[in-house]
Amino acid sequence: MTDTMTRLTRLAATAVCALAASAAGAQTAVKFGVLNDRSGVYADITGEGSVVATRLAVEDFKAAEKGLKVEVVSADHQNKPDIGSNIARTWFDQDGVDAILDVPTSSVGLAVSGIAKEKNRVFLNSGSGTSDLTGRSCSPNTISWTYDTWALGNGTGAAMTKRGGNTWFFVTADYAFGTALERDATEAIKKAGGTVAGSVRHPFPGQDFSSFMLQAQASKAKVVGFANAGGDTINSIKQASEFGLVQGGQSLAGLLIFVTDIKSLGLQTAQGLVLTEPFYWDRDEASRAFARRFAERMGGKMPSAVHAGVYSSAIHYMKAVAELKDTKDGAAVVAKMKAMPTDDPIFGKGAVRQDGRKLHDMYLFEVKKPAESKGEWDLYKTLATIPAAEAWRPMAEGGCPLVPKT
Amino acid sequence: MFTIFGVPSAALFGQLLLGLINGSFYAILSLGLAVIFGLLNIINFAHGAQYMMGAFVAWMLLNYAGIGYWPALLLAPLLVGAFGVVLERVMISRLYKFDHLYGLLLTFGLALIIQGLFRNQYGVSGLPYGIPAELRGGQALGFMFLPNYRAWVVVASLVVCLVTWFVIEKTKLGAYLRAATENPTLVQAFGVNVPLMITLTYGFGVALAGFAGVLAAPIYSVNPNMGADLIIVVFAVVVIGGMGSILGSILTGFALGLVEGLTKVFYPEASATVIFVIMVLVLLVKPAGLFGRAT
Repeated sequence: MTDTMTRLTRLAATAVCALAASAAGAQTAVKFGVLNDRSGVYADITGEGSVVATRLAVEDFKAAEKGLKVEVVSADHQNKPDIGSNIARTWFDQDGVDAILDVPTSSVGLAVSGIAKEKNRVFLNSGSGTSDLTGRSCSPNTISWTYDTWALGNGTGAAMTKRGGNTWFFVTADYAFGTALERDATEAIKKAGGTVAGSVRHPFPGQDFSSFMLQAQASKAKVVGFANAGGDTINSIKQASEFGLVQGGQSLAGLLIFVTDIKSLGLQTAQGLVLTEPFYWDRDEASRAFARRFAERMGGKMPSAVHAGVYSSAIHYMKAVAELKDTKDGAAVVAKMKAMPTDDPIFGKGAVRQDGRKLHDMYLFEVKKPAESKGEWDLYKTLATIPAAEAWRPMAEGGCPLVPKT
Repeated sequence: MFTIFGVPSAALFGQLLLGLINGSFYAILSLGLAVIFGLLNIINFAHGAQYMMGAFVAWMLLNYAGIGYWPALLLAPLLVGAFGVVLERVMISRLYKFDHLYGLLLTFGLALIIQGLFRNQYGVSGLPYGIPAELRGGQALGFMFLPNYRAWVVVASLVVCLVTWFVIEKTKLGAYLRAATENPTLVQAFGVNVPLMITLTYGFGVALAGFAGVLAAPIYSVNPNMGADLIIVVFAVVVIGGMGSILGSILTGFALGLVEGLTKVFYPEASATVIFVIMVLVLLVKPAGLFGRAT
């Protein structure tokens, strides 16, 4: 008797599967590959959080109702361009991944962008900062979503210079991102009437920055700018405070700082830092709602700007694919994404420019004093909003070959 | 004021002093490795993870038990050392009769597991740990601003290194230890409990790593990868100094700190590589290391 029952159940199950498969056949299959740092210095800024953000995007978009069958895979590129390239190739060639998301570490981001172009798939960059991805290395298959070195340098560099910090010394991470950030910030500082007294390049990732703090002190520059990220920035600021740079009358400027970095430094050390970010979880009702859902799945951690960017870019990609009903031609999907205005709960209304630059407002924040903070994650106060029209490098100055010369 | 290759002498002195401070971390860590390798013949790849544990235990003592920096300086190495003793008894002691490679693989695997566990629990951004109130601020030395805490790091590590060297090279206990490495069977025949001695030695080496971790907590970001970044350099230091040479590892630690400090002035981009260049040169000229004895 039980035997017959089991057999019947199996039959029924097979029938259901077959039905489901035929229904799925009418759907467009989308496979997202979240490629980032899952174990190193950028794992908290990107890492598993970006996978969670992608899943939230799929839920919020109600992908299944709109005829999309979405699958999300992820991998760790360990911040190494060779490993990142290998994974990207395998994903595109063998695993049927349609779009790679996130990819922090600019050297890896540049490599993945090249591969996405070669294979005619899509790269939705959120983690890589180099403005070259929308400049001379721009690609018809890549969109840079969240931030770039030009916007950061322009935001923090110009703001600090206008507040009286008109001489700068840079402590720069010695790779694609750091050098691009220093270059773009220098441009913004000079435009605002400031000068750069000097800079030092440190190996990436670094641990001890005391030697560079001494060089920064000796430069007598009013502002010491850190053109690095993640653990490097944390160690730099911690050691700058130890060596009394601020007591000596110098100001610190972290050019790329995420909310998780401030959490790690503690407000005692980080208070008063001025920084530029496109996203802060506690900015408005929509960002708080997103942050709450994110935190539920991430053990109470708040989302970084990169996580928010991954979410927003995934939504816009799915919108384009839902209209095209096809993912095979990556350049066509990206062209569709550029043609459609963007709109999502986190970044609001925006657009994607011809060179692959996503446009939205940036914000100038200041880190709160310990007395001002009302909770574990209550870390920033807003100083200014930099409207999208001013926040990004004008397209003509980037040197992107996709932009028709006038 | 004079200049050397375009660098003002004052800046140079400052960098040399900083090099010495970083060298003191290399010295303590490579000393622990040298003690363990010298007496157990184990290449302890978990040393970086144990250093990281020292820093984390200090943080936990402060945040979960309200125990501050000074007691932690003693307690954290004891706890991490005790963890080392358990590791040695349960796992490492089974490998003495095999090739070095097995010990290396085991400890390397353990390091990955320990780091992974901490990463899962605490993330990679790191945790804040302040400088103890007594050591905040610093001295203006004329050529540089020396934070009091860094001065303390040099003094503390010098004392620990010298005491360790003294105990191993100049006392009766040290004589037993050295004898046990030469010929454990014979020493055991004289009534010395060799396995216990070996276990405690491993525990001590691990405790040294934990001690360095507590020293590092207020100045470096306390994060699960802090040891992995450092341990490769420390291994290079041990190789340059000569595997198992106590004095060699201490001197090389400080000396390489200085070399690295100078590189940060003249060509900072190479400061992460210079130690390995020296390692290659030393291995080519003197394969047993600067202070090692060829066997």
